[in-house]
Amino acid sequence: MTSTEARKQQYRVIGTRPIRHDGLDKVTGRARYGADIHLPGLLTGKVLRSPHAHARIRGIDASKALALPGVEAVVTAADFPIHEDMEIDLVETLGNLRVLAENIMASEKVLYRGHAVAAVAATSAAIAEEALGLIEVDYEVLPPVLNGPDAMDANSPRLHENMTTHSVAKRFERGTDTGVGSNIASHLQFKLGDPEAGFAEADVIVEREYTTSTVHQGYIEPHTATALWDFDGQVTLWSSSQGAFGMRAQTAAVLGIPESRVKAIPMEIGGGFGGKLNTYLDPVAAALSRETGKPVKITMDRAEVFIATGPTSATRSRIKLGAKKDGTLTAAWSELVYEAGAFPGSPVGAGASTGFAPYKIENILVDGYDVVVNKPKVAAYRAPGSPQAAFAIESAMSELAEKLGMDPIELRLKNVIRPGDRLPTGVPLLPTGCEEMEKAMRSHPHYNAPIEGPNRGRGVAVGFWGNAGNSSSATVSVTADGGVTLVTGSVDIGGTRASLAMQAAEVLGITAEDVRPSVGDTASVGWTGQTGGSRTTFSTGLAVVAAAEKVRDEMVKRAAILLETEPEKIEFDAGTFKNGAGKSLSFQEVAAAQVRTGGSITASASSNPRQVGPAFAGHIVDVEVDPETGKVEILRYTAFQDVGTAAHPSYVEGQIQGAVAQGVGWALNEEYVWSEDGRMENASFLDYRMPTTLDLPMIETVLIEEPNPAHPFGIRGVGEVCIVPPMAAIANAVANATGRRLTHLPMSPGRILEALERPATNGTGG
Amino acid sequence: MANETPVSIKVNGKEEQRDVEPRLLLAHFLREDLGLTGTHIGCDTTQCGACTVLIDGKSVKACTVFAVQADGSEVTTIEGVGAEGELHPVQEGFWEEHGLQCGYCTPGMIMSGIHLLNENKNPSEQEIREGISGNFCRCTGYQHIVNAIQYAAKKG
Ligand code: FES
Ligand code: FES
Repeated sequence: MTSTEARKQQYRVIGTRPIRHDGLDKVTGRARYGADIHLPGLLTGKVLRSPHAHARIRGIDASKALALPGVEAVVTAADFPIHEDMEIDLVETLGNLRVLAENIMASEKVLYRGHAVAAVAATSAAIAEEALGLIEVDYEVLPPVLNGPDAMDANSPRLHENMTTHSVAKRFERGTDTGVGSNIASHLQFKLGDPEAGFAEADVIVEREYTTSTVHQGYIEPHTATALWDFDGQVTLWSSSQGAFGMRAQTAAVLGIPESRVKAIPMEIGGGFGGKLNTYLDPVAAALSRETGKPVKITMDRAEVFIATGPTSATRSRIKLGAKKDGTLTAAWSELVYEAGAFPGSPVGAGASTGFAPYKIENILVDGYDVVVNKPKVAAYRAPGSPQAAFAIESAMSELAEKLGMDPIELRLKNVIRPGDRLPTGVPLLPTGCEEMEKAMRSHPHYNAPIEGPNRGRGVAVGFWGNAGNSSSATVSVTADGGVTLVTGSVDIGGTRASLAMQAAEVLGITAEDVRPSVGDTASVGWTGQTGGSRTTFSTGLAVVAAAEKVRDEMVKRAAILLETEPEKIEFDAGTFKNGAGKSLSFQEVAAAQVRTGGSITASASSNPRQVGPAFAGHIVDVEVDPETGKVEILRYTAFQDVGTAAHPSYVEGQIQGAVAQGVGWALNEEYVWSEDGRMENASFLDYRMPTTLDLPMIETVLIEEPNPAHPFGIRGVGEVCIVPPMAAIANAVANATGRRLTHLPMSPGRILEALERPATNGTGG
Repeated sequence: MANETPVSIKVNGKEEQRDVEPRLLLAHFLREDLGLTGTHIGCDTTQCGACTVLIDGKSVKACTVFAVQADGSEVTTIEGVGAEGELHPVQEGFWEEHGLQCGYCTPGMIMSGIHLLNENKNPSEQEIREGISGNFCRCTGYQHIVNAIQYAAKKG
């Protein structure tokens, strides 16, 4: 019996695959998503967006729009308070309040095409749309700057006149301001050992530059928000977001009102992937409601989602790796330039700290640049920042393996990071199964199957993600019939009602079906961080376990009363309370007697984990490259991951398969195509090509279950790390198939054909 | 309003008569006029499939047709699938096989799946993939969705 199987037998519920509690609503169309809300007197809001990538707003005249029958209000930045630069907690990242507010409604300058400048509320969508055309905005058009390296040039047009470069020499330090005006919002650097000496020791060096395009999270549900500003000054939001508490905090801050006056009701959410952590619409809908006294709903169309919500950074990465003949890495250097979009805040820090994390390297130098450009402000996208760095570093690793004449997995294993080794940030790695995972890759039938046929190749890559912890709250209450209700503050995007209910059931000795989980609004459950950072099943799970344990302990006391013994004498086993003398009571019996044995049984708890438990993923992919069309077909895909204890294996597999699908899109097709004046030329699902069923094979998953010591059941966050390896794995497979290394994403057919024109330089470096 | 046209559409077995603007899309008619919000909108421009319904038994993206074009036809939405207290095998398949994460694509996927199985009782994996290739899912990587439809096909 493997240790994984042994562990599984410890649990009755964890590791099983119950069907989800919200499944019936979701297969019958009854589940209510953000846009499904309907309220009496509801007005439709629409947003006027800048047609220019960079311009000064000289004036806005809304009088004609306001005169249109059916138009009830128009708001602009003048209707929002003016904010100073100030950091507020946006949960996954700290955010600057002025930036958040400016991105929601431009005041002096528009900084990307699609930047909001005004919004209308009207009695119908058609009238609102017509009104937008009647708002006159006087722009002074400015030259835009459209890519990171250009924006770094001291002579390039500047987005923010007062912005100077912030320099951080050590991660987690506040750093210093250089006082130098620039589009470089920040430069971070961290260093381990003596990189120069490390490179001098190397027998082989690989040095290359890689670039990636802007891509979007691509959730199918467009952003939507509904708000009602009541006469007593209370604001209610019906939000499609990754967390009601985040929407409450951001909306209150932008509107300059106390958080306690805002109640956010989470609706079902149609995907987020990080893109629905930040608000775009809620404060605007609330301001329109304040002006009209009526509820207002704003729903984006798909083009708006592309041009006005967060994509992730386009990047340029320069990588240098040095190794001894035996494969030992002696030094590594990366220079990462991440586009932040119109405002500072790219995930370059995460890119810088994750890229080399799968390896133990004594000498590392990482330089990261957060650079503003005239494009939409980037938002988190699944392991934000890590995939771009991994594309570069993992491509370079496989090229290094080829130069050394080593198997690419052997090279990775030779340098694998082990628990206790220092990560590039200097923090020691918690028990995590990177080595076990790479060994599983090496011995898997996929890796050992011959590659047959022309134009075919195999690639591998690995990836790291730190995962988030943060606080969550949960309330567990016992019902008289022996069931349990579970309320948490975590929006359920991918099945977390089930994965959380299972944890309560495990503690209480009942079935997952006996637990009724629900997602509370901000008035009915304690503060809970957003659903992001792979944190929900882990951190909200901790709160659920703690609350369920309190309930269990209370049930034991009540059982003792009923069995006329001491609580210490009660033995609790699989939902049965035994008095040690042959008498026992079921969970149902104790539940039914709760009121007369001391009152209702309910408990709340919050989590605040000090340790989190990071994650590694490794992927093997076979591709076939069509030399005529340049199309890359994915023939076989196997994804390995240290998932900790898989709470609900089907949902773990689903997370991995979904991330691989997004990774395949990122690798092969997805990109924003920009015109010279900064217009996204492909702002529709027709031209921004996401993978369909026909673009993907079945994706095999191999779960390595190294328990996470930071969770009582060993649960680890699983949703993000799986998007880190695909791009490099596919690039390595393409190199193996064609003898050409592609260093730009996406590897679209045109770029593949271009590469095939070049002489082959590479034959085996998958 | 002046330029409204009367339509009569049988939706989920019930005759619905309304006066609608000619530019009103069927998807919006279902959601706004009839309150059938199970038909989701992901793009409005006929690419994502979230709005898929059956019109006279055929799967159609409800944002590709105007309500007036559906005049006189029979429309089935996700709310009209399965009987009271009994799920359609495709619905059951999605639930049992974990064929959804966020669930936003699910109604459209189910409608495409039903149409597919109506035409082909025993589809291969490739035929299932082709049958639902007009429906995007961004969450699942499609594998559990394919499993869900296979489950339904087996159940018959
Ligand atoms: S909303 Fe109809 S296909 Fe996307
Ligand atoms: S389950 Fe989210 S889009 Fe398919």
